Amino acid sequence: MSGVIASFGVTPTYYLVFAAILFSIGAVGLLVRRNVLVMFMCVELMLNAVNVTFVAFSRALNDVSGQAIVFFVLVVAAAEVAVGLAIIVAIFRRRRHGATADDIDLLQG
Amino acid sequence: MTARDLLDLVWLVPLLPLTGAVVLLVAGKRIGDPKAGWLATGMMGLAFVWSVVMLIALLSLPGDARSHVSNVFTWLSAGNLRVNLGFLADPLSITWILLVTGVGSLIHLYAIGYMRGDERYPRFFAYFNLFATAMLMLVLASSFLLTFLGWEGVGLCSYLLIGFWFERKRASSASVKAFVTNRVGDFGFMIAMFFIVGALGSLDYTAMAHGAGGLSKSTATAIALLLFVGCIGKSAQIGLHVWLPDAMEGPTPVSALIHAATMVTAGVYLVCRAHPFFERSGVAMDVVAVVGALTALIAGTVALVQPDIKRVLAYSTVSQLGYMFLAAGVGAYSIAVFFVLAHAFYKAALFLGSGTVIHGTEETQDIRRMGGLRKYMPFTAAGFGIAWFTIAGLPPFSGFWAKDGVLAAAFYDHSYFVWAIGLAAALLTGFYMTRETILVFGGNERFRPSVAIAGADEAVEHAAIEHDITASPTVDYGMPVAPAHMSHDPHEGTATMVLPVVVLAGLAMIAGLLELPFSGLEFLSKWLEPTFKGIKAPEPTSFLSGFGLSMLAVAIGVTGIVIALRLYRRGLEDPEVDPVDAKLGGLGRLFGHAWYYDEGIAAMVGGPLRRSAQWLADVFDQKVLDGGVNGVARIFGAAGTGMRKLQTGLVRQYALGIAVGMVALLIWVFWRVGVA
Repeated sequence: MSGVIASFGVTPTYYLVFAAILFSIGAVGLLVRRNVLVMFMCVELMLNAVNVTFVAFSRALNDVSGQAIVFFVLVVAAAEVAVGLAIIVAIFRRRRHGATADDIDLLQG
Repeated sequence: MTARDLLDLVWLVPLLPLTGAVVLLVAGKRIGDPKAGWLATGMMGLAFVWSVVMLIALLSLPGDARSHVSNVFTWLSAGNLRVNLGFLADPLSITWILLVTGVGSLIHLYAIGYMRGDERYPRFFAYFNLFATAMLMLVLASSFLLTFLGWEGVGLCSYLLIGFWFERKRASSASVKAFVTNRVGDFGFMIAMFFIVGALGSLDYTAMAHGAGGLSKSTATAIALLLFVGCIGKSAQIGLHVWLPDAMEGPTPVSALIHAATMVTAGVYLVCRAHPFFERSGVAMDVVAVVGALTALIAGTVALVQPDIKRVLAYSTVSQLGYMFLAAGVGAYSIAVFFVLAHAFYKAALFLGSGTVIHGTEETQDIRRMGGLRKYMPFTAAGFGIAWFTIAGLPPFSGFWAKDGVLAAAFYDHSYFVWAIGLAAALLTGFYMTRETILVFGGNERFRPSVAIAGADEAVEHAAIEHDITASPTVDYGMPVAPAHMSHDPHEGTATMVLPVVVLAGLAMIAGLLELPFSGLEFLSKWLEPTFKGIKAPEPTSFLSGFGLSMLAVAIGVTGIVIALRLYRRGLEDPEVDPVDAKLGGLGRLFGHAWYYDEGIAAMVGGPLRRSAQWLADVFDQKVLDGGVNGVARIFGAAGTGMRKLQTGLVRQYALGIAVGMVALLIWVFWRVGVA
């Protein structure tokens, strides 16, 4: 399979650039959107961008530990999804309107 | 069993009285009135026997090997410092334990009779034995720290015993005064120990013997003077002498054992023990000699006019201690030790004699209300009389040889100033001791009720009430609490009270044989030679000059006696009028108030010191210290209020912050590493 990719001239750089774009979309989305659910998905996007980088380097350097770390990230992400979605559901249940991230500012100094 | 094996068992000497103290503290009540006293006395007697065994063991060693350290266990170790619970048996310490256990046994014996009927009888002997333990630890210790343990121990027992009759306000105040005053001196001792650790890295006396010579002069002076501050406190030298006269509030055996024979000489012991520092310093020696001489003179003047039988002796003790330091200060250490021994004998005899007098006259302490007592207590009078001759320095009693040794050493050390002061003090000694002896035992009988005194009865009772409410016994040189007249004739003490007085007086008579200033007869100096190796005490240049000096000293002492005899031969016509007051005039008031030293301290502490302390509390503490602390708190409070605004609760702002921070961090890293 590596031979196939090589024949198309796809180097790890492609993957890294792809991951960087993905990460930037996530980061910008997190900063500009106010919908909590969308912001949450942006975080997932960033996490997966990092996963892609890990796998890319793992292939390029022929070191399997990068892929092992990806599994850890996936597990943490799953746990985070569980907790995060629970919080989001709770927020939407409490307030029908004004459930954007900017409205939830009770934890201020 | 070799001699050194025996010397390893020297710890038995302090252990014996300690056993007595523990047993008496635990089971004293059950042991009961006379038995508790006999137990304590027996323990002291055994300790004395064992001390004699130690003496024999040490004597069996060759002269220059007479020093034995036996370590029982490591007491504490911190870093490089290691202190053993160790005992040093050498001629100096063995001499001292013989003194403490020997004189101590006699005074214990005396106390059996004196304390009879006291409700805390067993506890008295427990404290007494505990004192002996601490004192023996002090002199047997192999390091400064262990000596300090004993030093504090004797201070504690002194406090407990001065305030033994704590129901009396005067006694409890006096005990606190003694303790606090001693703490001032102990502070010097402690700082000195810090210096010693810093300079030598060890507190052992053996380390001192090897290392003190190599110290710089200033270090040695600092150590020596700080140690001497401790001695000034413990031995009641001028400056910190105020506690000793008030310590007479304790039972008389306590005054005899602790405040005359043993504890107060601990300072002399320390100077002798730590002599390498003093020798290295030189300046410190002069300080010791001058302080000693001034103490001898000033305390002597105060003793001239005291009306209280024990206060005269107390000031006399302070004065005699001055002589001991004078001797040590001119380098005549073995003479100082000799003086300690002789003084212990005659002063203990005097104190015990005065105790018998107080006991036999229904607690009278005012010598102006005694007189003619030799008829009623002949043995005590004989013992007291011998001790009087001894302290006045009449040959051939021990006091003569001791005082003569001190004065000769000062003279041939070319310290003419301290020599002259010492001579002057000898005149005072002759006077005040004659005054006391004649007023107590000679002259007319003034203790019977008379018309003149009947009116004074009420005044005395009134005075007694005033005494009780005196918060501080310090400035109280008036009439001691006493009945104006007695219901019975005075009576002699019991056999256990008479015997120690007579024995001590006998010892005082012959103790001169220990150290006669003729070549070949200086037994004590020769015996102590290994301790004071290589130090040459000043010696007379010729027999004739030495003899002349002795005669001069005797003549001056006799002059004092004769003056007092002329004044008091017939006793007092009126107990209220003491002829010495008229003779001295204004000086009499100065002496009677002990040079207003106590009043000075009281005025100082009560006036400016109190006011400045109040200022510190009201202004400095409130404004500066509290203000500082509160100010710091306020700064942080304000900073927190400012920072609070940063936390908006808006998640996207935090996210932006993180992103910007991350980018900044990346830029910084690339800039540091360089984008390759």
